[in-house]
Amino acid sequence: MSITVDARGLSCPQPVLMTLNKIKEIQKGEILIKVDTDTSKENVSRAAQSQGWEIADVQENEGGYQLTIKKD
Amino acid sequence: MGKLKNFFSTSWGIISVGAFIGMLAPLLQKLGNPGNMGICVACFERDIAGAIGIHRAAVVQYMRPEIIGFVLGALIAAYIFKEFRSRTGSAPVVRFVLGVFAMIGALVFLGCPWRALLRLAAGDGNAIFGLLGLVGGVWIGTLFLKGGYNLGRTEKTHTSVGWLLPLIMLGFLVLMFIFPQIKWDPKSGILFYSLKGPGAMHAPLIISLAAGLAIGFLAQRSRFCTMGAFRDIILFRQAHLFMGLLAFLAFAFATNLLLGQFHPGFAKQPVAHTMTLWNFGGMVMAGLAFALAGGCPGRQLFLAGEGDGDAAVFVVGMISGAAFAHNFGLASSPNGVGPHGIAAVIIGLLVCLFIGFTMRKKIA
Repeated sequence: MSITVDARGLSCPQPVLMTLNKIKEIQKGEILIKVDTDTSKENVSRAAQSQGWEIADVQENEGGYQLTIKKD
Repeated sequence: MGKLKNFFSTSWGIISVGAFIGMLAPLLQKLGNPGNMGICVACFERDIAGAIGIHRAAVVQYMRPEIIGFVLGALIAAYIFKEFRSRTGSAPVVRFVLGVFAMIGALVFLGCPWRALLRLAAGDGNAIFGLLGLVGGVWIGTLFLKGGYNLGRTEKTHTSVGWLLPLIMLGFLVLMFIFPQIKWDPKSGILFYSLKGPGAMHAPLIISLAAGLAIGFLAQRSRFCTMGAFRDIILFRQAHLFMGLLAFLAFAFATNLLLGQFHPGFAKQPVAHTMTLWNFGGMVMAGLAFALAGGCPGRQLFLAGEGDGDAAVFVVGMISGAAFAHNFGLASSPNGVGPHGIAAVIIGLLVCLFIGFTMRKKIA
């Protein structure tokens, strides 16, 4: 089961903080992040990439976006 | 649209938006806006509070079209790029209180972060202490953020909720057309106008409105935020927003030089005082309030334009804060801090600390 960060409804900088905390915790692997604004999507992507994680997938749905980030 | 959309979230996107605003602000000053106040979100919201008479400081009364443009420009951008999302419910009353004290702090310094940068870019050395205070306040805010501070999740809501602040701004604009300024008359219909002082200085309405719309549009796309610029560096060592801020400062400086608006020094700077400690202290309080509320005053306007009802409450809080600041003698003037300005900074800091320490509910 993949690890999920649900940052929907949270504004800047919470989604990035939650993502970075999870990245620090698991070091590598796959994280599914749920956000509900374009700003959060951009900020989380930028933060993940700066930590050497790749954006493996971005899905748009009714409530916003689901990002999958990965590091092997 | 896709390409353009991506461009503004890139480094060059934020840099170009910062540069654009940095150039435009001194030009607005050249066209009539007050000294080192081509754009000042706090001062202009304070002028709006004066225009509708919720404070009666005669020198700061004008319905600033720039502010109206910021909200409506962001609304237009959000709709074109399908980002308008009506949302609210993340501790609105806290955002109101933060807005009130953010404004009071800014008026003790005499400027929002945008104006602090513009003052520096025009040679006003007092701005250095305001900016140091801003960084200090934001730094305290990041400590709370690291400690789990948050105001909870927003909820999706009726589209019309997100429309309310844009509609209020549209209403203000309509009032300006119905009751235009009459020369030598401090009142036109229900609106107040200044006959002297900063409130009497303004660029032509259409130019101010067009500049506001353009800035609102671009800032919504790029997420330009002066508080976020410092916060992200302190919190994540990320310089994305900070590049926009540097571009803003550099282009404002260059434009001021070209327009002959650069006058280095500390004394007798336009709409500024030299009380270093309170230039610093006012902005510590404002910076902390911005950090706890998640955006500088400009960013709050842009967020309100894209449907964020909580940001709208912060804006209303700032406008109300301006009324408190002038009615209670909290705002500074070129002579120095107001009679109760120092007490207000101390109380405001205590209120912000109370909010920071007590609102750490774990996110469900």
